[in-house]
Amino acid sequence: MKFVPLTFLATLLAGAFALSSSAASETFVIDTDRAHASITFRIKHLGFSWLTGRFDDFNGTFTFDAKKPENSTVKVEIDTKSVNTNHAERDKHLRGKDFLNVSKYPTATFESTGVKLNGDAATITGKLTLHGVTKEIEIAAKPVGGGEDPWGGYRQGFTGITQLALKDFGIDYDLGPASQVVDMTLDIEGIRQ
Amino acid sequence: MIIRDTNSGYGLVTRLTHWVMAVAVIGLFALGLWMVTLNYYSPWYVTAPDIHRSVGMLLLFLLALRFFWRLANPKPDDFELSPFERKASAVVHWGFYPLLLAIMLSGYLISTSGGRPIDVFGWFSVPALIENPGLETPAGKVHEMLSYLMIAVVVLHAAASLKHHFIDRSRILVRMWSGPPTN
Repeated sequence: MKFVPLTFLATLLAGAFALSSSAASETFVIDTDRAHASITFRIKHLGFSWLTGRFDDFNGTFTFDAKKPENSTVKVEIDTKSVNTNHAERDKHLRGKDFLNVSKYPTATFESTGVKLNGDAATITGKLTLHGVTKEIEIAAKPVGGGEDPWGGYRQGFTGITQLALKDFGIDYDLGPASQVVDMTLDIEGIRQ
Repeated sequence: MIIRDTNSGYGLVTRLTHWVMAVAVIGLFALGLWMVTLNYYSPWYVTAPDIHRSVGMLLLFLLALRFFWRLANPKPDDFELSPFERKASAVVHWGFYPLLLAIMLSGYLISTSGGRPIDVFGWFSVPALIENPGLETPAGKVHEMLSYLMIAVVVLHAAASLKHHFIDRSRILVRMWSGPPTN
């Protein structure tokens, strides 16, 4: 029971912080705890079909101002060893030196540097660090929806896509001419703090 | 034709399993080293691991058979060995069983920890018993390290048998090839 005053104080402080920040933009934590977010990718297999995979473990936050969406920011951190293509031997290969080299590069990060609006959609530029290489990339993003959830919270969701050339990030294992580029999709739902 | 082992030599089952496993184990080590270097467009990229997994699983059954055969049979006398050699050979011979078992199980886990079975030459498949996504990577490290250790023990084992054959002039190596004296 002796923790109650402390919790109370923390709630007050958080409330005060929320008030001060709501004037500008609001902070959202991506709901990876209950998995209302995913990072999936697909790459052509031999040029014959699409192979789909995902990163199971990641976390992130974003700020969003409905009145000034261009001021939004997003930051995501991915646990590279959580790569999952539904095939254990392939996942082991992807974690190894030929691809992600996860023991040397355990995390991949994306941090936005700017948002450009074009109608309903937006182009998010930012720095992606993958396989130890940091490069500027562009994500084509769209809002999906937002509002009160049934449990007393407030949520906002987006979807974004980008394309990465594996070679740009120093991953040069030869999968063939049709498999140089990987499509990435980021589907996120954030809970307002 | 003597099937069982006796005090004076090895019977057919022991000799056959010994040499089949010797060839298979060394072959799998070489195949394993080679197959991980293959590029994606190599015609062996799919076939080589298929053979490696299949032979490995068959070897697991052979290892179990051989272990129980060893327990159920007398061990030929090693009277010509020194007390140290006798102790060292017991450690190496019994050490092969847990070492090979650990290599086979870790290899099995590389393929099955995602829940997929191992297909053995299309004859039958070994189901995934421990489904634990992500385990394939540490299992692979263990598989690799133990395989190097195993080859070091194989070299020691072969060097010792050659020493008994050429320096001590004993029948130790010969008796694993030809059966016990029949008279």
